[in-house]
Amino acid sequence: MMSAKFFENWFLPGVWLTVQITVLSALFAFVVSFVIGVLRTSRWRIVRILSGAYFEIFRSTSALVFMFWIAFTVPMLLHIKFAPMFSGILALGITYGAYGSEIVRGALAAVPAAQREAGIALNFTPMQRLRRIELPQAWPEMLPPFNNLLIELLKGTSLVSLIAVADMTFAGNLKRLVSGDSAPIYTLLLVLYFVFAFILTRVMRLLERRAKARVGQRPAQSGLRALFGGVREKSAIDPITSAGGAK
Amino acid sequence: MSADSNSSSQETPNPAVDGSELIRFDKVTKRFGSNTVLDNLDFSVNSGKHVTLIGPSGSGKTTILRLLMTLMKPDGGTIKVNGEYLTHEVKDGKLVPAGEKHIREIRKNIGMVFQQFNLFPNMKVLRNITEAPISVLGLSKDEAEERARELLDMVGLGDRADAYPTQLSGGQQQRVAIARALAMRPQVLLLDEVTSALDPELVAGVLDVLRDIARSTDITMLCVTHEMNFARDISDQVLMFDSGRIIESGSPDKIFSEPEHDRTREFLNAVL
Repeated sequence: MMSAKFFENWFLPGVWLTVQITVLSALFAFVVSFVIGVLRTSRWRIVRILSGAYFEIFRSTSALVFMFWIAFTVPMLLHIKFAPMFSGILALGITYGAYGSEIVRGALAAVPAAQREAGIALNFTPMQRLRRIELPQAWPEMLPPFNNLLIELLKGTSLVSLIAVADMTFAGNLKRLVSGDSAPIYTLLLVLYFVFAFILTRVMRLLERRAKARVGQRPAQSGLRALFGGVREKSAIDPITSAGGAK
Repeated sequence: MSADSNSSSQETPNPAVDGSELIRFDKVTKRFGSNTVLDNLDFSVNSGKHVTLIGPSGSGKTTILRLLMTLMKPDGGTIKVNGEYLTHEVKDGKLVPAGEKHIREIRKNIGMVFQQFNLFPNMKVLRNITEAPISVLGLSKDEAEERARELLDMVGLGDRADAYPTQLSGGQQQRVAIARALAMRPQVLLLDEVTSALDPELVAGVLDVLRDIARSTDITMLCVTHEMNFARDISDQVLMFDSGRIIESGSPDKIFSEPEHDRTREFLNAVL
């Protein structure tokens, strides 16, 4: 299906690059999500307007065209040159960070107003309320939608193959162009994306379970059971006693 | 009307408090849309007093507590705490809405216990109590924990420091909430229908704790409650509210035994 040379020179490095781009742009998007998401809940109207504008603009523009724009247009306009991989990570982080900011904003808005009021009654500063009360309680609610977004991002990394970053999709295209036989390589790529997404989902479920235990919503499980157990939503049945109970 | 003047002559002043004016509402108005909840309200509370606000729901009692806690802002009038404006400050001789810093400086004298407890579900009981003393008052972790454990003992929950709020009954949660408010050493404690969300058998435990605090500390209490026996027990003064105004005020004996106002009589007949 592929020669040892192709495997070593293109395929393996491509897989590794996909992993790298996924991780780096996810970290970047994560930071953007929190900064923009929190700013969108600001008391100051002008801050809300500016951060809201960021969200509206970057969720409504094509990530691919934006990537082309960073990779080809910006260097021409400003006479600077980015490494292609950097352009890809920048475009993905900015775009997916815009989606993520909506997750952060929504989860913060879902924290009961009574919690904010308790924070005011104890004379916390707005920043302390955010860090110690609102974000910790909003965090478990963010994880399932972040999981979705992370998988979207993983699959979105294949766009970088179009700005000459040799990720695993690039390697697949190369194989098709050279041998004309696209079935094995593209099938393999689909399976690989699925496997990566599955691993991400399991890790996110684990994080979600731990986060919920930390806000007192359910006991933590450890080890493999936590990794493969999945999370049942708001079951009225107590998992330990199997008895229904008032929550 | 000055609600305090009616009753002050009938009481023996508590020597532990100086009895000076702690809270003053001056022509305070609060509206929700077209509904005027408080209408040009004047009243004051002296330091160390236990004042109970009674009246039908919607009469503005809880709004007073929420205004004092700065959970909402008045639409008109001013509120003073210890002689200083709460939500206003004087700049260039003019009264302007206060900034966050000024509000926090005045607000540190006020604590509140809520109907729904509002404990932080992401923190264990002990940390619910120590978090604000550490990060707001700057206490060391040891100091804050020592203070918290004393307060937990006082509310009878010394052994639940490591529980999460959801593992406690409503009555226990409310006692933790009382301890949490007291850990900030406020001058005034606002109690907003603190037993209304509790199962009947849990009410007594919470009220006992509050009676104990009323007896053993000189903390000023402003209390909205439907527990008339409790109000009679702890209050120096009872204010009867109707439609955003104080229609009658006086000692609990006077209000509960020989109310002057028809509206008060009707209300007491309905709840007692």
